[in-house]
Amino acid sequence: MNDDDVKKIMFIMRQAPHGTIYSYEGLETILVFGAFEQEMSMAFIGDGIFAAVKGQDTEGIGIKGFIKTYGVLEDYGVDHMYVDKESMEERGLTPEDFVVDVEVVSAAEIGRIMEEQHATIPY
Amino acid sequence: MLHTVNKSPYTHSTLAECSKVATPGSSILLIEDGVFAVQAGGAKVVDLNEIMKDKTVYALEPDIKARGISKVCEGVKVIGYDGFVDLAVESKSHAWV
Amino acid sequence: MKFTVLVHEGPYNHQAADTAYNFTKAAIAKGHEIVRIFFYHDGVYNITNQAEPPQDDRDIYKRWSDIAKDNGIDTVACIAASKRRGINDKYMVEGTRISGLGQLADAVIGSERLVTFG
Repeated sequence: MNDDDVKKIMFIMRQAPHGTIYSYEGLETILVFGAFEQEMSMAFIGDGIFAAVKGQDTEGIGIKGFIKTYGVLEDYGVDHMYVDKESMEERGLTPEDFVVDVEVVSAAEIGRIMEEQHATIPY
Repeated sequence: MLHTVNKSPYTHSTLAECSKVATPGSSILLIEDGVFAVQAGGAKVVDLNEIMKDKTVYALEPDIKARGISKVCEGVKVIGYDGFVDLAVESKSHAWV
Repeated sequence: MKFTVLVHEGPYNHQAADTAYNFTKAAIAKGHEIVRIFFYHDGVYNITNQAEPPQDDRDIYKRWSDIAKDNGIDTVACIAASKRRGINDKYMVEGTRISGLGQLADAVIGSERLVTFG
């Protein structure tokens, strides 16, 4: 594939898990986009960061959890997972609370990276 | 970049989060319930004047009219669906849904 | 300019379907190309043929069908989201189809602009 054909696509994760399906169906999208060999990244902002925290046990609510999926995203071509620093701190979380290694950055930095994208998709 | 916001600032943090992320020089277009932010004299849960220091704020006229908003904050540019399309042509867009 | 329109919410409950339609209509009127309209999440309910909205209100399903047929726009509901919600090939308005998320990826990559409504 020609380098010019590779597009930057960023998934902006703002919805909390389980209460609505957006985050879960968002992950399904990312797995499918993986087959298209694009340059993908994710940004967790606001309640979206709750979707990627460790220790989620959904057995009691009878909903299939999706926390394990985060572990394979790198293999599917997600090169960066950014977490908005302010959202994380507001919610009493630290970088160690996530199931995968995340890059903690400022909101302004996320905004700057969004500007470089071919497309951004909200979940 | 164009950012669209369709949630009321009184019930959602959407506009607040969007305005933190949006870079200087970018545009924020308020649509649907997002237009409740432009009611002049409303409680400043999100300060539009602060946002407008380095960004342009637009609001969709059909949504403003539909909601009976009679007085729009000064500085907000009111546009129609045509204007929305033009903004989406000028730059990439992201929906803060 | 080449656009992809992505709709994340179902009809009536959210205004997203109306705004997406009005945007699409305005974009076509200005001579832009809509590469694909893609429905995801509850958005897949936008193109069911099983609904009967009251006659004194807009018919969101027919609007999508008409805009797709009149302008030759590929109008697609995500198959995974549809199956989850009881929508299949038998229950779709004319001029629309059901297909995989790959159709979204393909459209996003091949368009100059993605505009999302949710």
